[in-house]
Amino acid sequence: MVTSILPLDVKNAVVRRRGKTLLGPVTTTVSDSGLSIVMGPNGAGKTTLLRLLHGMERVSRGGSLRWQIPEEEARARQAFVFQAPIMMRRTALDNVAYPLMTHGVSKKEARQRAGAWLERVGLTDSAQKQATVLSGGERQKLALARALIRKPEILFLDEPCANLDGRATREFETLLMQAFKDGTRVVMSTHDIGQARRLAEDVWFIHHGLILEQTPAAEFFASPKTSEARAFINGDIVE
Amino acid sequence: MNELLAGLLEAGRLIVTVDADLIEISLRSLQVTLTAVAIASAIGLPLGCWLAVRRFRFRRFVIATMNALMGLPPVVVGLIVYLLLSRAGPFGVFGLLFTPTAMIIAQVIILTPLIASIAHQAIRELWAQYHDLLISMNTTRWQRIATLLWDGRRALLTASLAGFGRGIGEVGAIMIVGGNIDNATRVLTTAISLETGKGNFSLALALGFVLIGLAVLVNLLIHTLSRTEVSGRW
Ligand SMILES: Nc1ncnc2c1ncn2[C@@H]1O[C@H](COP(=O)(O)OP(=O)(O)OP(=O)(O)O)[C@@H](O)[C@H]1O
Ligand SMILES: [Mg+2]
Repeated sequence: MVTSILPLDVKNAVVRRRGKTLLGPVTTTVSDSGLSIVMGPNGAGKTTLLRLLHGMERVSRGGSLRWQIPEEEARARQAFVFQAPIMMRRTALDNVAYPLMTHGVSKKEARQRAGAWLERVGLTDSAQKQATVLSGGERQKLALARALIRKPEILFLDEPCANLDGRATREFETLLMQAFKDGTRVVMSTHDIGQARRLAEDVWFIHHGLILEQTPAAEFFASPKTSEARAFINGDIVE
Repeated sequence: MNELLAGLLEAGRLIVTVDADLIEISLRSLQVTLTAVAIASAIGLPLGCWLAVRRFRFRRFVIATMNALMGLPPVVVGLIVYLLLSRAGPFGVFGLLFTPTAMIIAQVIILTPLIASIAHQAIRELWAQYHDLLISMNTTRWQRIATLLWDGRRALLTASLAGFGRGIGEVGAIMIVGGNIDNATRVLTTAISLETGKGNFSLALALGFVLIGLAVLVNLLIHTLSRTEVSGRW
């Protein structure tokens, strides 16, 4: 049995840029299963938090991120879907096949498996199109397929539906839930309270770079502990 | 005006009669510059890419130097290569002076910084786009470079073509290291220079028109080829 990379222990992690503290100190544990939704007003630090957990931000001295296996190996078993999906200048099929090809899978097999994934996300007809001509919704679905193709143990998503309409959002959520049911740990940020209610098992509420609450979703929406979270849920401006 | 017209007519005559000398020096021009462009691209494209991806202490310095070398005066390059290859120079034993190889060496030195610099610009933009994705996917440095080279290949082609444009019209360096020897190292530009010196303006002009035509032809050819490749993929 292969050791899981989770849970992830975070201790006193702080992200600084040019002397300014953007995030933290954060001390928390990312458990080995679940679907967590990160919420908070603009500029709260949602993106920074996800990037920190994914290992894309430098942790200031004194803080640490500890996976169950060495960090180097843990990196290879995670995936990230960015707020603005990054489309490589290749066909949709080759975009999805790319992570396999860079991890030792032959071109032929990588394309075959990518084709299967495109079918799952409903993009088969676009397989031979350049990814850069796809619509916003199609791009996010492609990005999701590309993130999932190597079966990551944990998937980070940064406001993946921010630019999608209702229907595209629903389709995206269905695909995401499928991945979750297949055993992927999900950590996703969103602005959309409706989406959070639909998906979240637990909610992380952050404000001014600090995690103010980490509570099961039902509890969070029924009785938020902090006044900031209450204001946020009520749609008021969070001070 | 008369001379331009005469030159045009002469160019037409040389081409229609398939003038043996013209064919020979045109082919040599192509051979020297295309070889130089190929070598300079093999060095300059990955170098430009590497400079875009890699952060190290003297990066800015290297880029500034490269940009400065782009404006290297060809005569100076010719002179230096001449001294290196001459009988008394460190590489004299190879007997390369006044051969097409010497001309290729000189052109590689002139073209590499140019190609590397343009490639660097193009790849830097692509890297800004791809950065987060490639880091997130845990790619190795070499995979990143290979990916950028491949996905940026159209921009890199432009860099190589710019190198070709500079090389095919270059005369200062190849004149010095090649010597403009008939049947050995004479190319279009050195022949033009020679004929102009002798006062054969119409012949010189004719060669000039052939030179321009050749440059346009190569550019068109390569663009057409790269476009068919792209349209085939859509
Ligand atoms: N590269 C950077 N340099 C300086 N400050 C930055 C940088 N990136 C982010 N910040 C700052 O860090 C804070 C948190 O940014 P972050 O992007 O994490 O917020 P967010 O919660 O994701 O916001 P949004 O909801 O708008 O996406 C902001 O105040 C932002 O201005
Ligand atoms: Mg954000």
